[in-house]
Amino acid sequence: MGSLNSRKRLEANRERRLNLDTAAIIQSIKDRFPGAVAEQTPGWVTINKENLIDVARFLKDGPSEFSSLHCLTAVDRKETVEVVYHFYSFKQRIMLTVKVILPNADLVIDSLTPLWGAADWLEREVYDLFGVRFQNHHDLRRIMNPDSWTDHPLRKDFKMAGFIPRPVK
Amino acid sequence: MAVNEKILGSEYIEKVPGGGFVLARTDDLFNWAKGASLWPLTFGLACCAIEMMATGASHFDIDRFGSGVFRASPRQCDVMIVSGTICIKMKETIKRLYDQMPEPKYVIAMGNCAISGGIFYHDSYSVVKGVEETGIPVDVFVAGCPPRPENLLHGIIKLQEKIRSKQGKTA
Amino acid sequence: MELQELIINMGPQHPSTHGVLYLQLKLNGEVVLDCQPHIGYLHRSIEKIAENRSLTQFIAFTDRLDYMASMNNNLGFCLAAEKLLGITAPPRAQYIRVIVAELNRIASHLLAISTFAQDLGAYATPLFYALRDREKILQIFDQLCGQRLTYNYLRVGGVSGDIPVGVDLLIKDFISYERRMLAEYQDLLTGNIIFCVRSKKIGILPKELAINYGVTGTSLRASGVKWDLRKDEPYLAYDKFDFNIPTGQNGDSFDRYYVRMVEMEESLKIIEQALGALPEGDPVAKVNKVFRPTGETYMRTENPRGELGFYIVGDGNPFPYRLKVRSPSFSNLSVISHLVKGLNISDLVCVLGSLDIVMGEIDR
Repeated sequence: MGSLNSRKRLEANRERRLNLDTAAIIQSIKDRFPGAVAEQTPGWVTINKENLIDVARFLKDGPSEFSSLHCLTAVDRKETVEVVYHFYSFKQRIMLTVKVILPNADLVIDSLTPLWGAADWLEREVYDLFGVRFQNHHDLRRIMNPDSWTDHPLRKDFKMAGFIPRPVK
Repeated sequence: MAVNEKILGSEYIEKVPGGGFVLARTDDLFNWAKGASLWPLTFGLACCAIEMMATGASHFDIDRFGSGVFRASPRQCDVMIVSGTICIKMKETIKRLYDQMPEPKYVIAMGNCAISGGIFYHDSYSVVKGVEETGIPVDVFVAGCPPRPENLLHGIIKLQEKIRSKQGKTA
Repeated sequence: MELQELIINMGPQHPSTHGVLYLQLKLNGEVVLDCQPHIGYLHRSIEKIAENRSLTQFIAFTDRLDYMASMNNNLGFCLAAEKLLGITAPPRAQYIRVIVAELNRIASHLLAISTFAQDLGAYATPLFYALRDREKILQIFDQLCGQRLTYNYLRVGGVSGDIPVGVDLLIKDFISYERRMLAEYQDLLTGNIIFCVRSKKIGILPKELAINYGVTGTSLRASGVKWDLRKDEPYLAYDKFDFNIPTGQNGDSFDRYYVRMVEMEESLKIIEQALGALPEGDPVAKVNKVFRPTGETYMRTENPRGELGFYIVGDGNPFPYRLKVRSPSFSNLSVISHLVKGLNISDLVCVLGSLDIVMGEIDR
């Protein structure tokens, strides 16, 4: 059991170090782009949508070298849609979660395809499932569903003929 | 050739007393032969396709039932094993594949997804609820998620029985 | 004679596209000028379904994402759920999980290399050999949980049942058997001149391009990046085992194949160590019957195809508010149009086979 405890301690140390590093990175974003960070929590950082492309470029080409856009998705919060980015830095071994909150009336955001090739399909998927339009995306088409569809199925208010919800007991 | 009472389809064959040949109705004979060489379409949709591959491999050896010749073109096939979930985008393609197959043609719906949508029946916006919704008639349903290879072999044997008992379509 | 550009459709029903993938190819003679993949032919709305299933119920759906490596999917999801709920699986469960995950990695790689060889013209022999070996792994899983392909074996907090009596002997037998067999495959394939000529210097994926497109797993390692989550961000008990991470130099199709080949030997090493040091105790932690996740988490694990990530958002209900599956094949396939320009169609099949994609997790 001793080894297990020491391992837990090691993990806790690592977690603390990661948090410190993440805080330093967020601080560097704040220094570079005053007013860009709307909210900061231990798990993620919320960025204003106007600053997204600049912050992303800074993250990629700046000292922290977030060379990989690991994951991109969205969460429908009914009044708003959160677009969630997971950036990863192989150099620092840090995963940074960045969120951008879009109001339902204006689901438009800058595309990150000029920076990461991975953004291409991931943004198309978010467009297909949530209806978020990515500006400057070179090929914003539906990826999963037929092109003829008009709805975005992962929205909470999605309705469709032939859709059978699971009966609730 | 000496007629062995135990051979498959022997109930259709009449022995001529003392002769070295047999008489049979051509329909019966053709159906008997058809059942013994069902060429399936190499057509994998989802998880069940892996079990279909396993059935075709040496351990389960689908060749024992004359169905080992998987063809990549629908124009050379007798039986379509619909192995997996059918989604809205794939619906038209499956119908077209079926239409391209020459008569007589048979369909095995392999797995719960091909039968009814299975585990994806509820809460799914893109899954077609079974192969029959695409307008393809199904001869044999093989249940399971995915069905075990033995189960698929059982389905093929049932299809053979169906063909030989003249319930199957004759061209 | 003047050649003209021709657009042909490859798929969605094609024996070499490994599932229902549709490639639109622009050709000049036999040379590929442009390749446009179209996906979504197996889009089963798993992420929508997840919003109406409890965490335990959803484990069954993860089986059907990457159906070649269901155990690894189970593992990825259970670890994500445990991270969100703050549960730790007991040591015995962790070791069992390592064993089943590595066994399934071997099963998946076996099928990957054999279908790849089949695509290159080695008709039937490698496939039958590999499926014969894979069958032994499936028999072990069959005894473990009663299923051959979709196991639903792991639970949040452990595994659904302990290893039955006698199965550890089966695994031991398999290790020595597979060591022998892998040496044979190395002779048959790696030493095969036709195989090498067909796959070397085909579909070269540079390191920077791979990282930029989020390519992970064997394809990334073949491009020379020594990166494996089992080593670099160890989960379960992986930090206790001694194993190497094979990498390639050129990032071509042959390297992707070869990395998989060596990885299987490393997996055998891990299984042997885990089986030898299997701790006593319960295979499952004492957990609540109903989980009510709150907050959000992102957890990724090393699947046979790359990094599988689960992003779970909870709002206090038994059902997750949102669940996103970050699938490795999705990112690995998105890079294909860069790899195949200027190659022949037959080489495109080679590149596609070496990327080892599974449509179930691309389309979800």
